[in-house]
Amino acid sequence: MSAPRWAAARVATPSERLIEAALSLCGGLSVLTTLAILWVLTSETLRFFAAVPLRRFLGDTAWTPLFADARFGIWPLLSGTLLTSAIACAVAVPLGLMAAIYLSEFARPRERAVLKPLVELLAGVPTVVYGCLALAFLSPLLQQVVPGLAGFNALSPGIVMGIMIVPVVLSLSEDALAAVPWSTREAAYALGARKLPTLFRVVLPAARSGIAAAVVLAVSRALGETMIVTIAAGQQPRLTLDPRVPIETMTAYIVQVSQGDAPAGSLAHQTLFVVGAVLFGFTLVMNLLGQRLSAGARRAG
Amino acid sequence: MIAGSTSRLAERAFASAGLLSVLLPLGLLGLLLAAALAAALPRLSVGFLLSPLSRDPAQAGIYTAALGSALLVGLTAAIAVPLGVGAAVYLEEYRRQGRFARLIELNIASLAGVPSIIYGLLGLEIFVRVLGLGRSLLAGAATLALLILPLIVVSSREALRTVPDSLREGAYALGATRLQVVRGVVLPVALPGILTGVVLAVSRALGETAPLLVLGAVAYAAAPDGLMSPLAALPVQLFHWSARPQAGFAADAAAGIVVLVTILVAANGAAIVARDRATRGQR
Repeated sequence: MSAPRWAAARVATPSERLIEAALSLCGGLSVLTTLAILWVLTSETLRFFAAVPLRRFLGDTAWTPLFADARFGIWPLLSGTLLTSAIACAVAVPLGLMAAIYLSEFARPRERAVLKPLVELLAGVPTVVYGCLALAFLSPLLQQVVPGLAGFNALSPGIVMGIMIVPVVLSLSEDALAAVPWSTREAAYALGARKLPTLFRVVLPAARSGIAAAVVLAVSRALGETMIVTIAAGQQPRLTLDPRVPIETMTAYIVQVSQGDAPAGSLAHQTLFVVGAVLFGFTLVMNLLGQRLSAGARRAG
Repeated sequence: MIAGSTSRLAERAFASAGLLSVLLPLGLLGLLLAAALAAALPRLSVGFLLSPLSRDPAQAGIYTAALGSALLVGLTAAIAVPLGVGAAVYLEEYRRQGRFARLIELNIASLAGVPSIIYGLLGLEIFVRVLGLGRSLLAGAATLALLILPLIVVSSREALRTVPDSLREGAYALGATRLQVVRGVVLPVALPGILTGVVLAVSRALGETAPLLVLGAVAYAAAPDGLMSPLAALPVQLFHWSARPQAGFAADAAAGIVVLVTILVAANGAAIVARDRATRGQR
């Protein structure tokens, strides 16, 4: 419900108007932030492409911008990002979705009241901690099981990133399941359907666009995740889909270069923003898709 | 009969798989944290908390970095909370409809999905360079404030929405102005919800590392003494320790993990429990 119309029609004192103006500025700051992000990424990216033709960016298979023999193929960084994100989603999507189904369809209310906050805590652990855990403890553990696994690899940070993203998938898919009215389930039960057929043929299909939104937003989160892959994946740009060897993601490259000396105006400095722009583009597409899907889910629900 | 019992079995198996999916991530994190705790034990002491940074891993402590984090996060909250709550009040209490409000709403939803490292690039260009703040605590706090602003706006709006309209109408009926209604009635009632969101947002800021690294946070610094001190923070320190080959620093990193996770789990846990209590009260 909106504020009563007659309240707005009251004579506003100058101080009231001042307050409203100040509050609108607070809101306007978010628009300003977006514009600033777009401006920063675009201006530096244009400067980069003035020096390096797009052909070398998309047509080369090596990324060595800091070497004397500089090459600017984005593919190694893209493959690293996609590889770790794929591993993370392979962990997070099944676990998160199954957990959501369990908590919303099977768990007793008291059980849910304990388990849900515990899983949400997974999202509160800082990513730098996940990264240290992946490098120092999970990688050595996996090395005993996976033959040929290097100390730095895509597998271990991918798995840990998946654990971190479980709460994202869980809470969004749980919302989607909760949006399916109970009467729908009862109708299926009344027709003699048991619990699992009801779940698979009635509830999940009805919740599919909300669940799709959960998956898409999980992908977006994985693409932009930085510290875990920076610490545990090795910072070596390599065009491969082998999860056992060191790789580098777009995010890790940005951290790596900003740790060194990249003075403003240098080509190294501009590569930060070019890689940032590619990353921003990917996550933006995912987020818009996710928003559209969850808006569709709300309309259906 | 037979069909009935097999499907009951299938149901039970499916439910067990579901429970396992809840417990598996928790178990894995618990296992890794237990390993970190074991590695940290030789270093965990009051001395570790109170010693400054050192090049000798056995002497190093987190005092300087923790002080940097405290200042950084305090400053971040001082910038982000008034702005975020202000924007939420504007959207909920002043302009629920209208094109400008809709634009802001869409914007905040999109900003919440921007990776934190992009905020680092934004801060590097705008705060560090254009505004000339350098690699300072203030530049870090301004960057983190922009990062957590969408979180604060979203959670504050939810809190404001739980305030029943009858309270507002009662106050208007008594002749209160809009500002009086917001300040005297709406904000006090929504305060617990707003605070919960603030705690969650601030703990996010406390754990953020990537944007600070992009801004140029340093590993070794003197104890910070003001807004323009070099940017240093506990998670950044963890990152630097984890990147060093000496075993001693690995133990330091593990001890730092234990400290940071303890603080954050306590803050997050309290906020989540408080929020669940509040929403259950409404139902």
